[in-house]
Amino acid sequence: MKTDIILAGVGGQGILSIAAVIGEAALEDGLFMKQSEVHGMSQRGGDVQSNLRISDRPVASDLIPLASADIIISLEPMEALRYLPYLKPGGWIVTNSRPFENIPDYPPMENIMAEYGRIENKIILDVEQIAKDLGSARSSNVVLLGAASPYLGISFDKLENGIRNIFGRKGEAIVENNLKALRAGKEYRK
Amino acid sequence: MRKKLFLGDEAIAQAAIDAGLSGVYSYPGTPSTEITEYIQNYAAKTQAPVKAVWCSNEKTAMETALGMSYAGKRSLSCMKHVGLNVAADCFMNISMSGINGGMLIVTADDPSMHSSQNEQDNRNYGNFAMIPVFEPSNQQEAYDMIYEGFDLSERWGYPILVRITTRMAHSRAGVATRAQRPQNTVNVADDSRDRYILLPAIARRRFRTLLDKQDTFLEASENSKYNQLILPDAEAHHTGIVACGIAFNYLQENFPEGFSNPVLKISQYPLPKKQLLKLAGSCREILVLEDGYPIVEEQLKGYLELGPKVRGRLDGTLSRDGELTPDNVRAALGMSPVVATPVPAVVARRPPALCMGCGHRDVYEALNEVLKEYPSARVFSDIGCYTLGALPPFRAIDTCIDMGASITMARGAAEAGIYPSVAVIGDSTFTHSGMTGLLDCVNADANLLIIISDNETTGMTGGQDSAGTGRIHAICQGLGVAPEHLHGIVPLKKNFLEMKSLIRKEIEYKGVSVIVPCRECIQTHARKVRNKQTVTI
Repeated sequence: MKTDIILAGVGGQGILSIAAVIGEAALEDGLFMKQSEVHGMSQRGGDVQSNLRISDRPVASDLIPLASADIIISLEPMEALRYLPYLKPGGWIVTNSRPFENIPDYPPMENIMAEYGRIENKIILDVEQIAKDLGSARSSNVVLLGAASPYLGISFDKLENGIRNIFGRKGEAIVENNLKALRAGKEYRK
Repeated sequence: MRKKLFLGDEAIAQAAIDAGLSGVYSYPGTPSTEITEYIQNYAAKTQAPVKAVWCSNEKTAMETALGMSYAGKRSLSCMKHVGLNVAADCFMNISMSGINGGMLIVTADDPSMHSSQNEQDNRNYGNFAMIPVFEPSNQQEAYDMIYEGFDLSERWGYPILVRITTRMAHSRAGVATRAQRPQNTVNVADDSRDRYILLPAIARRRFRTLLDKQDTFLEASENSKYNQLILPDAEAHHTGIVACGIAFNYLQENFPEGFSNPVLKISQYPLPKKQLLKLAGSCREILVLEDGYPIVEEQLKGYLELGPKVRGRLDGTLSRDGELTPDNVRAALGMSPVVATPVPAVVARRPPALCMGCGHRDVYEALNEVLKEYPSARVFSDIGCYTLGALPPFRAIDTCIDMGASITMARGAAEAGIYPSVAVIGDSTFTHSGMTGLLDCVNADANLLIIISDNETTGMTGGQDSAGTGRIHAICQGLGVAPEHLHGIVPLKKNFLEMKSLIRKEIEYKGVSVIVPCRECIQTHARKVRNKQTVTI
């Protein structure tokens, strides 16, 4: 088993907490993993990404080679497209539909959606709306993780345990909210 | 025991703690910052007697670590690659004096310049100082090499330079840890005056000692389990491969079922000569994979190029600049290129920017407004968040070279005839390397305006302590800035007009003036509020 995951978003959106939950679940599953992240400059509203590699054999490179990611998980629709060179043929994109417009030349949404028209395997969902409907607006990144969960090669109950371990110290209410968000994401189908 | 998920930086930090570290002294710099932060958090949580402090700059940090080693205890000093330039005076002379308690220096290099102004390769500094360099290839090796490195440093009587790069520093993997060793007690070496007083007579003797030690360092490299020669069965091969540090991972990535060529993995320097000769004897050419400068390649190639053909960054097999990736290593190996979808044209660049609500924004807005009245003005800036003032919408600065260069360059330009000459520097950069420049300006009565944009933290690297917080005004006064030309102001919209008139007034003054707009970094402020909330819950 081997899953290469690219997590994408804008500095401050919370891609690293998605990585933390997957990482926790992978370790509990006894898998090998490497996860490289970007710190420093890019935290200031710039594009950020993390390469997460999970395998039942030791992982060599911290970076995912071109055309070999199984899935791109993105909190922002344009950001997912930035990493298209890394997606393998037949790979999945799971992305938030809501643009994060902090640059003057952000492209028109219809141009972005036209690109998605060319992509075979994708799930595009408004994770912020889903999280809000659940009454936990801050769990939108976990909704996204839920939507990506069928493609990670990790069983769903391990992800649930990952949520419990990562959010446990914040109290039972927050754990429950995030578990709800995870399930809502998983059940989302367009 | 279940492995722990550590960043490369955290693996180094935990290894140092487990090896009986007594103190880490550093200055923040991406990608090295998390090492010292981890040890700080550890010390705060466990109340362990480990000093973990941010110093004014890398030089004061390294010297403090040396003092702790002098006293017999184990010490660590961490910095980004350009930070070692600042500490180089100390660094070059520690290899003369040697050390007492085990001492490791970590340099975090940044090939591809993810957040740096150059991609210098600090393995060069190891050669320069003639001390061993460790370059771990993965997080577990980083842990093990640091853990064992303190013993080796103590046994040899010399510091070890540990070189990591961004991908190693900021990538997580499972790491198995070892038993924690107790700290050393205070124990000054009997011969310390014959080592630490580098008067010429003693220094000459110490240099001979260092030269004599080179054989020991070479032998250690040749016997190191971290330098590994892998020879596949067949006797003759065309290409042998030398892979340094994390380059070994990219090589492995391209040979998932094992290597078909002879491979020499290198994680400890000086270069292991025995293994290199054996590799050279088993093939007709050598491909060198190293992240950073072609240091090993140059050494193997030699000026006269009399040995086997050596390929790498110098002959164009790999690009001379930029970091290694599994993909460019694949191309260097001559494997068929991967067909990848290009980035769609619709994707726009999203550069980092100053946070909304950041005080630096108010400063640049006011400065830009005033400087419209002075078309010949030049703004010399410095290293920090405020360097982002170079980007739209501000485009407010003309230079950013090194820590502290704003003030000194502004003076030189003013003396060349530039008017108005303005320096913009942050508080942490000011106490790092700006104060001496300000003293020069005061002594020369230079005609410039210095804006110390004070956010009471080291913002760019994530909000570490800033050495002069609350005392910037007093420091400037102490250095001799005239009180009537030293002003504080809170950079907020409501003070916009006042800030503008202050700037205009001090540009008109022919001499040294300093304005200190001071408002806490909004990120640091938000973090403090969050932490307070967690505590009350």
